[in-house]
Amino acid sequence: MPGKVLTLNGPIVNAELPGIATGEQVLIGELEVVGEVIARQQDQAIIQAYESTESLCPGDPVTSLGHPLSVELGPGLLGQIFDGIQRPLQALFSSHGDTLPRGVRLDALERERSWCFTPDPGLKSGDTIRPGMILGTVPETETIEHRVLVPPNIHGELMELAPAGDYCLKGVIAHVRGSGGRVHELRLFHRWPVRTPRPYERRDHAVAPLLTGQRILDTFFPLLKGGKGAVPGPFGAGKTMVQQQIARWADADIVIYVGCGERGNELVDILESFPKLTDPHSGRSLMERTLLVANTSNMPVVAREASIYVGVTLAEYYRDQGYDVVMVADSTSRWAEALREVGGRLGEMPVEEGYPAYLASRLAAFYERAGRIETQGGRRGSVTLIGAVSPPGGDFSEPVTSHTKDIVETFWALSKPLADARHYPAVDWIDSFSGYAATAARWWEKEVDPEWADHRARALALLSQADELTRIVNLVGPEALSPAQRWALEGADLIKQGVLQQSALDPVDSYCPPAKQVALLRAMLQFYDDGGELLDLGVPVQELLRLPLLAQARRLKNLPAEGDADPIADFIEQLATETGALRMEYAQHEEKPA
Amino acid sequence: MSGQEYRCVDAARGGLMFMRPVPGVGLGERVRIRDDQGRERTGQVIRSAEDVILVQVFEGTDHLNPEQTWVRFLNEPFTVPLSREVLGRVFNGTGEPRDERPPLLSRLRRNVNGAPVNPAARAYPREFIETGMSAIDGLNSLVRGQKLPIFSGSGLPHNQLAAQIVRQARLPGEESDFAIVFAAMGMSYNEARFFQEDFEASGVLGNVAMFINLADDPAIERLILPRTALTAAEYLAYDLDLHVLVVITDMTQYASALREVATAKGDVPSRKGYPGYLYSDLAEIYERAGRIKARHGSITMVPVVSMPSDDITHPIPDLTGYITEGQIVLSRELNSQGIYPPIYIPPSLSRLMKDGIGKDFTREDHPRVASQIYASYARALEVRNLASIIGAEELSGSDREYLRFADAFEQQFVGQAADEGRSIGQTLDLCWQLLSLLPQQELTRVSEADLAAHYQAEAAGEAPVSA
Repeated sequence: MPGKVLTLNGPIVNAELPGIATGEQVLIGELEVVGEVIARQQDQAIIQAYESTESLCPGDPVTSLGHPLSVELGPGLLGQIFDGIQRPLQALFSSHGDTLPRGVRLDALERERSWCFTPDPGLKSGDTIRPGMILGTVPETETIEHRVLVPPNIHGELMELAPAGDYCLKGVIAHVRGSGGRVHELRLFHRWPVRTPRPYERRDHAVAPLLTGQRILDTFFPLLKGGKGAVPGPFGAGKTMVQQQIARWADADIVIYVGCGERGNELVDILESFPKLTDPHSGRSLMERTLLVANTSNMPVVAREASIYVGVTLAEYYRDQGYDVVMVADSTSRWAEALREVGGRLGEMPVEEGYPAYLASRLAAFYERAGRIETQGGRRGSVTLIGAVSPPGGDFSEPVTSHTKDIVETFWALSKPLADARHYPAVDWIDSFSGYAATAARWWEKEVDPEWADHRARALALLSQADELTRIVNLVGPEALSPAQRWALEGADLIKQGVLQQSALDPVDSYCPPAKQVALLRAMLQFYDDGGELLDLGVPVQELLRLPLLAQARRLKNLPAEGDADPIADFIEQLATETGALRMEYAQHEEKPA
Repeated sequence: MSGQEYRCVDAARGGLMFMRPVPGVGLGERVRIRDDQGRERTGQVIRSAEDVILVQVFEGTDHLNPEQTWVRFLNEPFTVPLSREVLGRVFNGTGEPRDERPPLLSRLRRNVNGAPVNPAARAYPREFIETGMSAIDGLNSLVRGQKLPIFSGSGLPHNQLAAQIVRQARLPGEESDFAIVFAAMGMSYNEARFFQEDFEASGVLGNVAMFINLADDPAIERLILPRTALTAAEYLAYDLDLHVLVVITDMTQYASALREVATAKGDVPSRKGYPGYLYSDLAEIYERAGRIKARHGSITMVPVVSMPSDDITHPIPDLTGYITEGQIVLSRELNSQGIYPPIYIPPSLSRLMKDGIGKDFTREDHPRVASQIYASYARALEVRNLASIIGAEELSGSDREYLRFADAFEQQFVGQAADEGRSIGQTLDLCWQLLSLLPQQELTRVSEADLAAHYQAEAAGEAPVSA
């Protein structure tokens, strides 16, 4: 029996709807605007509407859909762009035009599309079926093999598994007899409610770093596969560029980009540029491993809250297939603001800056969905969560940033002064931190360079010494510094410009492989050390600062390594020659008076 | 129902009318209000419940006697009529003419709230617009379909800057159909007059649709004015295939009106008393700029945001910066030195610049030169800071060159005459001329090839301007 609308207040609708459970989805009015019950009070339900409530009136009917907000999980997700409640935006564009219509429900996955299914040869009728088992595979894209999973709640005996062949999405591929004798029909896709984390067997330690090809991230503040990180920064500091660079170059199998309350053009940028870019790891188009969830800032605010959960549920689904998934959420602040807006309209008591009291626990619960796990089917998979945070006025003490800081292990703090000097990525080396450095060091030492941790520590120490010296210079001028201190400032600047700074727009430098990251850092430190030795020999610091090699060192990152040419090795050779010459010269100087 | 008048107003305050419920009244519905003097006002239903209907009245609720007020529900959303005739006309916030000419007649009416554009329908903006101003073209390039606000302060020449952009903006090498939508909120009579005369003088008046709410007009009307103006802009861009430049001034006035109504409604305030939904509300306006696939026209938006007490972290500029694709920041300090336009380079940014410049759009070296200028100017400002502490005499040789660079950059590059338009080629040549004041080895953001092609070695020793 349909209920009826009592009150309309922006996206919040009060309706008379006895017997409905919280979390259930409803359709409101003749237009069938989709909403979700967020609270019950006697016979009344409080509903948040995912679409604009304009033109709805009190008295309009409300009907229940009988299930909570769920996503469709199956082949055909990759390369798509969905809205905050998993409506396919490209299909909506072709069917309904430029703007988003209300009350339109489209299947997230194209039902008629057929997929080439290969059953798992190890399975036969009579086998015991457990959740998370792989029934077979479907080539979803050239690079990604979609593993068709037994949904998390299905146990029983396999009655029949479909033979290899083309099946459309809704075709039945297996019959399973459950414990009560009930027969389940398994298809290429199933549904899962977004607010319930998908089950797994157990949690594992994260062991491998997520390589993004960004030197300041990988080398200085590493994140692990299965870890949680945040990128806070005021507007214009380059949050979106950092997130896009991660989405582009991260060595993950699947990338899910959630544009939550951000600019429409940024998503278009991804949609237009990713198909043309190649994944450095697989050599295929980046779009083949990417999936977008878009709730731009002008789209209804309540769906913004849902979009984060839609994204992470999709991530968990690919994790359960045994993949390493990265989900990038830009921006969690807009998600928190959606919570605040709904809370405010419900008349909840605001705590800090108008945010509801449950902000911290919701944030923590969201980030907890990251992790490297053993799946129900016994495979290893991971979800890495990276959330952008947009603190008002760039103030990191505001509630969303400070709570996020408590939760995440890697914190890439973006700095406005760096961005103003066009030092990108504007990750501040003092305010950022990574709790994963020790674990990452084990990987780097084994795979790339045994001295990785040592180089990293020296570079960070030099940077922080330079910050200290800069303060002195600003008080009393550069003349007050000793030659060694002057050289330390230059050394830190070499690291800043030669290593930390990385142009996303430069075709060579946009992605920096791990070996090159260490080589560059090593070269800069070598230069600094050699210079230090020369100073000890009595070479005036001014002479060192005039070396044309300094400018060359700063450009080293942009030089392509073509064929046998290794510009960094060449540079080190040249450095040895030139510093050797100086050393000779000054060693003779010293001998003369003797 | 639309013919029926109800007299059921309980209370009127702060631009809002609280009414006893009338069945079948939808959210967002347009209403006509008649007071005891027979004056008509327009309003919109913003809350509809079983016990109360809340209407915001765009003409304000002054001189309204609840017992003597009659309300008609028009059973339609808030729409405005649209036709090519909007060009050359002046309207108020609700789309009524204020140029003493007859109202626009058209069968085509559109909801002023528009509908959110499907992100999949958008086309990425990448056509470089030449504004003729070096600080914008060279360092913060504007592209077609971008929303690039001017962050200003009281007394700064943002109006002159906006007018100059309107006069000079063009696509290099293309004469195209364009239109201007000018939306002014809380503007003084003199300022409105300045724009009108400026449009007239440059001969574009026939291509301008003006939506004006003056400082002494009701504040509530400012809530609907940008929406009305953008509805017209969307019509011009997507139905008539025009390239529309929308100038909105001043968004701070809009946000104040929003706060006023939110407070009267009893919304929970977040920062500085602004409601928590200020971000979403501003986004509904700003995100209407853009390009759409398979449509010829575009909407480029230049909103003016005045920063209360020059504070860029104030909620309005702050939230605006999070939504728009960059910002042009004006500086009081440059202004007081007589530099026009007083664009302060470090915090200014154009996010869409990266795809609209370079080889196929402006010049191959443009991205690197811009980055170099930013870096060198940031360094120069540090040096200037240092000089103010230890004195310029104590500076090292290369630091003194930076100081010279900073002065020349501000005077010759940022500063230009209000009627001066520089081509992008001139702007970039000027960049190199200024960079050549610095030692070659300091320029590490540009490539060796750039230096070989453009660096003017002989300039390094000479002082082009007396600092």
